[in-house]
Amino acid sequence: MVTERAREFDTQDLLINVGPQHPSTHGVFRMVLEIDGELVKDVIPYIGYLHRGAEKLCETMDYRQGIGFMDRTEYLAAFNAELSYVMAVEALAGLEVPERAQWIRMILCELNRISSHFMFMGAFGVDTGVMGTPFIYGWREREGIIDLFEEISGDRMMYAYFRPGGLAWDVTTNFKARVREVLKSITQGIKDFDGLFTENEIFVARTKGVGYISAEDAIDYGMSGPSLRASGVPMDVRKDEPYLKYSEIDFKVITGEHGDVFDRYHCRLQELRESVKIIEQCLAKMPDTGPIMPEKMPRMLRTPPGEVYLRTEAPRGEYGVYLVSNGGNRPYRLKVRSACLSNLQALKQMSVGQYVADAILVLGSIDIVLSEVDR
Amino acid sequence: MNTDLFGLQVNVWADAALRLQLIVVFMTVVVMGLIWAERRILGRFQQRIGPQKTGPFGLLQSVADAVKLVGKEDLRPKNADPWTFELAPFLVFIPIFMGFVIVPFLVGWNIKVLELGLLYFVAISSVNIVGWVMAGWGSDNRYAMIGGLRAAAQSISYELPLVLSLLAVAMVAGTLNLDEIVRQQGSVPYIVWQPMAFAIFFIAALAELNRAPFDIPVGESEVVGGPFVEYSGIRWSMFMLAEYAGLLIMAVVGASVFLGGYAWPLGEELGLGWQVVLVGAKAGLIIFAVFWIRASLPRLRIDQLMGYSWKILLPLVLVQILVNGLVLVYGWSEAILGVVGLAGVVALVSITGRAANRPRQIPARAAALKGEAA
Repeated sequence: MVTERAREFDTQDLLINVGPQHPSTHGVFRMVLEIDGELVKDVIPYIGYLHRGAEKLCETMDYRQGIGFMDRTEYLAAFNAELSYVMAVEALAGLEVPERAQWIRMILCELNRISSHFMFMGAFGVDTGVMGTPFIYGWREREGIIDLFEEISGDRMMYAYFRPGGLAWDVTTNFKARVREVLKSITQGIKDFDGLFTENEIFVARTKGVGYISAEDAIDYGMSGPSLRASGVPMDVRKDEPYLKYSEIDFKVITGEHGDVFDRYHCRLQELRESVKIIEQCLAKMPDTGPIMPEKMPRMLRTPPGEVYLRTEAPRGEYGVYLVSNGGNRPYRLKVRSACLSNLQALKQMSVGQYVADAILVLGSIDIVLSEVDR
Repeated sequence: MNTDLFGLQVNVWADAALRLQLIVVFMTVVVMGLIWAERRILGRFQQRIGPQKTGPFGLLQSVADAVKLVGKEDLRPKNADPWTFELAPFLVFIPIFMGFVIVPFLVGWNIKVLELGLLYFVAISSVNIVGWVMAGWGSDNRYAMIGGLRAAAQSISYELPLVLSLLAVAMVAGTLNLDEIVRQQGSVPYIVWQPMAFAIFFIAALAELNRAPFDIPVGESEVVGGPFVEYSGIRWSMFMLAEYAGLLIMAVVGASVFLGGYAWPLGEELGLGWQVVLVGAKAGLIIFAVFWIRASLPRLRIDQLMGYSWKILLPLVLVQILVNGLVLVYGWSEAILGVVGLAGVVALVSITGRAANRPRQIPARAAALKGEAA
């Protein structure tokens, strides 16, 4: 083998710097790979290129102004990020959210999960080396969802649509019809990806058995979301601590069994189907009319002193918001528990001993959003 | 020493120079067309339009790109080895260009008919790997170096199945003269008797050309362009020109050796127009398949790439050569060749599928790899 011969000669390991301008680092992430031939011996990740101090900035704004910053921590699934923050504020202030607003929130969050997973499929496909095709496939489905979001919230990425207590304004009158239309196209998109990846010999050969992490290790690293479930741990906040109306919905928690890159991909693909099912049930149960904000809302939202930690299931895992209030109209301390950051910790564990090309796949399979890692 | 050119008696050297000139112009134009075609075809595969603003249907896109590339600054990294770095594009470009000498585009339209044409083609087309390694080594860039070494390993591995699959046809044809091989296919092209050799030739050609799914040396998502990462402007465009010229020559040779070139199915007596159409259509089919594969298949990993060549392609092509030998020595019917070849294609497909769907070996494999790396 390579290494046996290497011992006979006086060889040196090669350090290569991947990022922050490397095409496969999904943003401004940098890792230094120590390689021996084509094998990775060590990975040194560097984060912080996108640190903006979003949490600290939130402490200087009132509660409603903070929503915009939360959008920008997780720009691929902004509704899910908003939701955690808004629900934390509601828990502190003791606000009751009207039923209809809760259903709309659920539909939007699940749609955003779908759009985020499609984005993952596209980017991951490019990591495996297909020239752009999966990227455009994923983009196509995401585009339909984003158009819908634009109609509702007026924005394509940073929605700032959820408010403490409910929603900023009501959805459009043709909301249900539009969602059904989008769902139809999504269902076809899922089939396309199944054909493009799951049944592709090269894709399967590249991803199966690569980047293995055991369930114990994954828990120790604090991983969550599909990356954890791929290792066989059925941990899903939607099921474990149902929020919104998830307790009234029938859905499966998808788990893998091998904890490799293929399972992480396949978990996400199956989650897409589950999300479609959830949205269909939501549409059936959602009332057509009704209030979307509590009747009495104060002009300036103030919370009693206290602290709260609230977590929801974002596309990449558990997105938690820790909020401390000492009374008044702004948080005393805000801390975001980012799923991406925890998942990223396991990068070294998963990629050491793999080939260089596999290290890229492992990084892609965690599906990081750097602005959530750095905040 | 005079020769006949368009019914005129000209000096043999002047004739060669003229034909070379023609080929250079022809190659450049066709390569530009290929680049345009690839972008349009990939666009169709990916549900977008592709270039459309420059000229009708974006036809002038390649011209615009060429003008831009020529106008760019010719950069050289400070620590790069000047000679190695600057010579590398020529060493990639010239061998490919020299390969065109024997290509039988039309009857009597090769630059030179060589008795050992196939051997010459195989030999000259593998020289360009020196340029790749030089580019990788001389750039003073670690991505480039990894890419250059990958290219060398890949080229050596896939040279063998490529040469042997061409040899299988040469055995049956009994000649290495490309023109002669084409003429023999007037009624039945060799793909009928040697389907497995064609499949292996096509796969190995993809690897030789560093096209997807074997584009490991230039893998955008891993080594960011590999040996070309430090090149810009005219030197970079020479690499690109060489890549597409290589694709063109490989497609024309494949069409000549396996698909009957200009001869099949209309015979060689037909007019020039039909021959152009036939060769163009056959080569175009191969080139289209290459683009199609690029749009849909992920990249192999380096160990899978090597294993596929040495463990699957090489044994199969050796079996084909053995069968060819037996049939020739004992004078058996040619039908045996076709049957064996078809069985070989089925074997190739099923072995490939089985290799890809092997059960996972985790965590044993991960542990073994870790131990190896430690």
